[in-house]
Amino acid sequence: MHFKIFWVFFKVGMLGYGGGPSSIPLVHKEVVDTHKWMTDEAFQDALAIGNVLPGPIATKLGGYIGYLQKGWLGLANAVFATILPTIILMIILLKLFTEFKDLEWVQGMSHGVMPVVGVMLAILTYEFLAKAKARTTWQFIILFTLIAFVLLAVLEVHPAIIILIIVVFSLFRKEGRI
Amino acid sequence: MIYLQIFLAFFIPGILGYGGGPASIPLVEQEVVQNYEWMDSQEFAEVLALGNALPGPIATKMAGFIGFEVGGVLGSVVAVTATVMPSLMLMVFLAGLLYRLKGTKKFETLTTLIRPVIAILLGIIAYDFFSNAFTDSGSLHTIILIVASFFMLTKFNVHPALVIIFGLVYGALFL
Repeated sequence: MHFKIFWVFFKVGMLGYGGGPSSIPLVHKEVVDTHKWMTDEAFQDALAIGNVLPGPIATKLGGYIGYLQKGWLGLANAVFATILPTIILMIILLKLFTEFKDLEWVQGMSHGVMPVVGVMLAILTYEFLAKAKARTTWQFIILFTLIAFVLLAVLEVHPAIIILIIVVFSLFRKEGRI
Repeated sequence: MIYLQIFLAFFIPGILGYGGGPASIPLVEQEVVQNYEWMDSQEFAEVLALGNALPGPIATKMAGFIGFEVGGVLGSVVAVTATVMPSLMLMVFLAGLLYRLKGTKKFETLTTLIRPVIAILLGIIAYDFFSNAFTDSGSLHTIILIVASFFMLTKFNVHPALVIIFGLVYGALFL
């Protein structure tokens, strides 16, 4: 069983591109379809609970499923299998990169990749705005985004403070529309 | 002391990043580049580039590497634990309570308001990267790279790892 848990989440960690959220369908396929550890409904519930919480989703989902299967050891097993292989690859490759950083073409690589990552972040920016829009109007999003921009970029308020205010405001106010 | 700093640098993004690992990218940048100054913007871009080129969750890859850079193997373990454990523990212990919260208006308000904040933070880093690129590589190369990678990612659905490799090869040849 422990080997199976490891193998499932190792695959999820090695095959999911675009960060944790994009690996959710892979987890679903393995856990619900292939191994039948959970019903589809139980999986959707676990995912919904995971989304109520902050933090990376792949490890939350993996760890929770591992915990339901095999307790604390199952949890540790699933988390390690999800993250360890790529962390090790990451350290080896970046160390190698730093090793040859004095070479001119390696510096070129480092410069060439900057705008590409910029585009990826710009696309993520758009996706976060579009997801927020799904629950309210563009007018509200634009107004709220402008306020957030002034606070974060002009007044340089720490994002943690703004997010905490939003959390407290949302959880303690009365039910109703935004 | 350094381990406490590493813990805090990743604990804060871990408990505030609504929207999975990608949401914690700008929060990690805030701590690692601006607050503790363990890395400059260029090095952080390299971490993100490789992080996007490799599979698996992005938040833990960032934490694992940056923790290792700052505090060795123990630093890496501390950073990853601080990233993963707080929300996972909440999930295990509070599953029943959270189950009642999901789908409620309170929770919808929360995510609807936090997403634009994360978006702004991501947008600011994207802007920083673009302006660094214009200074380091000149406008012509930067515009070519931006336009080419934008169309590869959005129009032609080229695999992100290949788009990163394109940037690396282009840089090695022309920059």
